[in-house]
Formats: sequence, structure tokens, C-alpha cells
Amino acid sequence: MELSGIQIILIFIVSAIAGMGSVLDELQTHRPLIACTVTGLILGDMTTGIIIGGTLEMIALGWMNIGAAMAPDAALASVISTILVIAGHQDVAAGIAIAMPLAAAGQVLTILCRTLTVVFQHWADGYAEKGELRGIDICHLGALLIQALRVAVPSTLVAMYIGTGAVQAMLDAIPPVITGGLQVAGGFIVVVGYAMVINMMGAKYLMPFFFLGFVVAAFTTFNLVALGVIGLVCAIVYIQLNPKYAQVAAAPAAASSSDADDDLDDELD
Amino acid sequence: MEKKLTKSDFFWAFIRSNFLQGSWNMERMQALGYAFGMVPILKRLYTGEELKQAMKRHLEFYNTQPFVTAPIIGITAALEEKKANGADIPDGVINGIKVGMMGPLAGVGDPIFWGTLRPITAALGASFAISGSILGPLVFFVLFNAIRLWVRWYGIKYGYAKGTDIVQDVAGNKLQKLTEGASILGLFVMGALVNKWTSVNIPVVVSTITNAKGEVVVTTVQSILDQLMPGLVPLLMTFACMALLKRKVNAIWIIFGLFAVGIICFALGIMNVK
Repeated sequence: MELSGIQIILIFIVSAIAGMGSVLDELQTHRPLIACTVTGLILGDMTTGIIIGGTLEMIALGWMNIGAAMAPDAALASVISTILVIAGHQDVAAGIAIAMPLAAAGQVLTILCRTLTVVFQHWADGYAEKGELRGIDICHLGALLIQALRVAVPSTLVAMYIGTGAVQAMLDAIPPVITGGLQVAGGFIVVVGYAMVINMMGAKYLMPFFFLGFVVAAFTTFNLVALGVIGLVCAIVYIQLNPKYAQVAAAPAAASSSDADDDLDDELD
Repeated sequence: MEKKLTKSDFFWAFIRSNFLQGSWNMERMQALGYAFGMVPILKRLYTGEELKQAMKRHLEFYNTQPFVTAPIIGITAALEEKKANGADIPDGVINGIKVGMMGPLAGVGDPIFWGTLRPITAALGASFAISGSILGPLVFFVLFNAIRLWVRWYGIKYGYAKGTDIVQDVAGNKLQKLTEGASILGLFVMGALVNKWTSVNIPVVVSTITNAKGEVVVTTVQSILDQLMPGLVPLLMTFACMALLKRKVNAIWIIFGLFAVGIICFALGIMNVK
């Protein structure tokens, strides 16, 4: 499917916003759920975009920037894989498989950009020397623009060449044993993201709650909302009953404890 | 005349704080982004030499979970306001508070926002999105951003109102409770996801028996595993991933590894899609 000029321009804008989202991490425009849906909308098949988004989102669940560690890049992976699936007529499983090397490439690119933007940091020092507040704005937004182009340029190139036979032939050359295997892997590839979240919590002593969630889900048909409520109740009860938190409250109450004791004695009598 | 920060200064600091990580760089990380957020406040309070000093002060190394920057902006705004009105606050104190708070607050913000809020809202959204419902992306986008913006706005107000007293809050019980509670919720939901949002099928036939009623009963490896505990294979895979991640293996390599496992097992007929 050849994309129109307007579609290519819209892909440029949306992938630029996704690229900014990937570094800002605020509005979440880089997350597959959002980026794939909007890309799908531009290409005239939002439903497929949403499905790719949902599938990729589960894989990317644990992709997060913690401290100075960079996550695989969801923005580049989401936009390009959606273009390949919808305009390149591939199935979702193949799209997901192609998304993974793209996420790795995006990660390398963002590290490169984040090294490059050190220059902007130093320009800002120069503006501080002169007391020009406008300079801070220019340097900061300039660095943000680089991150936008990081995703927008490769995405737009793919959008421009997707209509040509070469890309199509390349995608069609994937043998069925690979696509079948990728579909099988799609069933359990999500555990990597779950493992990332669990590791990040770094709370080994709370792992019983992980097993509780596992077993409750295994033997019930509860949906995610119901499971979330059970998890929340566990959290609240744990906090309320934990002696670690009770001790602090007990210290000031000790002064009036004699009254409480009397009351208790009365009750017992 | 006493210098006073206005409501619009805080509003613009709030808007700008949404761009905190825009110039994230390998040298000073969020430093320039923090200064970008402080621009409306510094503009109101300082001119000339004092402004230059203040700008330099906020271009020093800074990095934390982005949303919990809000209370730090509030506190530094309060301190800068006092300093601009002649209080004797050395540059080192303002930076010391920033640097002293960013570590503990990231320790609270990372598990709450990246470990619990985003995975749960995203998984909820994805569960609708898998079937192509627009509700999926909408639920995720609205829920996550509503909470995020609330934290960003009230964080600034809270930090400004409490000033340096907030340091005690960070050390105290309240945030620890919140972090621990969020971790419990997060881990519980992860456990549920490992079980429910994965699928492994091992169709290798163990035995084929014709029972008393004359029905053919096929027992596969998967049906035996499911009788033992549904979701056992994904659980073991999760533990393997956790161990590999702890050894600093890049997540993308683990994903490629699992793809290879899928392709090989599919080719050998050990696994298929249910």
C-alpha cells in the first residue's frame, strides 16, 4: 500500500511526538498503546493499530528508564511495526517480531542522542554566565527536538518506501516456520517485562503476594479489575497490621495508656 | 519591596515541569530540564548578578523519578523566595536539599509509578486493546495522566507550603507505607499476569487411552502440567528472566533468546499455539 503525501506528513508529526514522549516519559505518547493506535488511525485501520498496541504493550510492560539505565525504545518499535503490519500487509505476530530489533536500535539511538545533548547542557552554562533565561529555553527545547527527529526520521523513511516492491518482497520472504514460531513465542515473551517489574521492586520479602496473585489468577476467572482490588485489599491490610508502623503510633499513646488499661480491665470485669 | 511568587509563576513552573527530561544527557542528566522548570520562578525573583548565580545553581547535576520532582520544585521555590528577600541561605544549602531529596524520592517514585501505576493501567488498557477496543488506549491514557498531573500539581503546592519540613516526611512513615503498599499491589498483579496473560502449549502426547465409555482420552504434557498448576511454565520462565536480568543481561537479548526458543520448539513440534 502506497501512502499519500498527507499520510507521510502525519506519520512524521506523530512519530516526532512519540520520540519526544520517549525521552520525556510524561504523557506516554511513546507507549505502544498510544503510538500504535494513532499510527493505525493515520493509515486508515485503527482497529489493527489498537491490537498491535495492546500486544506490544504487554511485552513492553517493564521497559522503563530507571536512574541512568535506558529502556528498549518503544516509540520507534511501535510506529514502524504498525506501518509494516498495516501498509506492508503483514500479520500482527510478524509485526511484533520486527518490533524487537527496532526497539534495540531505538535504544542505541537514544543513548547516542543523550550523549550528543551534553553539548546543549554546556551551551546552557554559557547562557547562565550571561544571565539570559531565554537561552535555557532554547537549549532545552533544542535537545528535545533532536529526540523527536531520532524517531521521526527513520519512521518517515519507512513510510515513504513501504509502497515499493522491495520492502514488500523482503517481508514476504519470511518462511512460515519463523512466523509460526514467533506466534508461539508471542505467548510467553511477555514474561521478560514482568520479570523487569518484579526485579525493580527489589522487595524479596513481599514475594508471597506475587505467588498469591499467581494462584488466585490460576484458579478463578476474575478479570484484571477484580484482581487489582484483591491486591489493593492485601496491601491495605498488610500496612494496617504491620507492627513496624504500629510502634511509632504507640509511643505518644503510652502517656495515656493507664486510662486505656483501666478501661480494658473494666471491660474484662 | 518584598518579592512574592504569584499563582501564574507556579502554573508555568507546573507546565514546564512536564518537560523535565527533554534534554536528558549523559553528563548532568535532568539538570537543564530542572533549570527549564525553574525559569518562571527565577525570572520573578532575581535580576543581574543574582540571576546568573541562581541559573548556575540550577544547572548542577540532577536526576530522579520525573514526577516526584514536583515537591522538590516547590521547596526550592520557597527557599529561593526567602533568599531573594534577603534570608541568608548559601547556594550549597539549596543544592544540598535537591541532591539530598532526589535519591529517597526516586526510591518512592520508581516502585509507585514505574513498578505499579504504569504496568497496571497499561495491562488494563492492553486487555481491552487485544480485542481491538478503543477503550484500551483511552483507559490507559486518561487514568495514568490524571494521576500524574495531580501528583505534579499538588506536589509543587505541597513542597512550597511545607518547605524544608518535607524532609521529615520523606524520612517518615507515610511514604514508606505508600511504597510498600504499592509494591504489594504491583507484585500481586504481576503474579496474576504471569498466570493469565501468557500462553504456553506443549502438545506432546504422553498417552492415548480409550476409556470405559469408549471415548479416546489424549494426555499431553500440557494437560498434565495444567492439572498440577496452570501457568507453571511461564512462572519458571519468569524466574529465569529475573535471574538473567540480575546478571545484567540486556532485556532485548532475552527477548531474542525467547524468540529463538519459540521458533525451535515450533519447528520440532514441542510447542504450538493453543
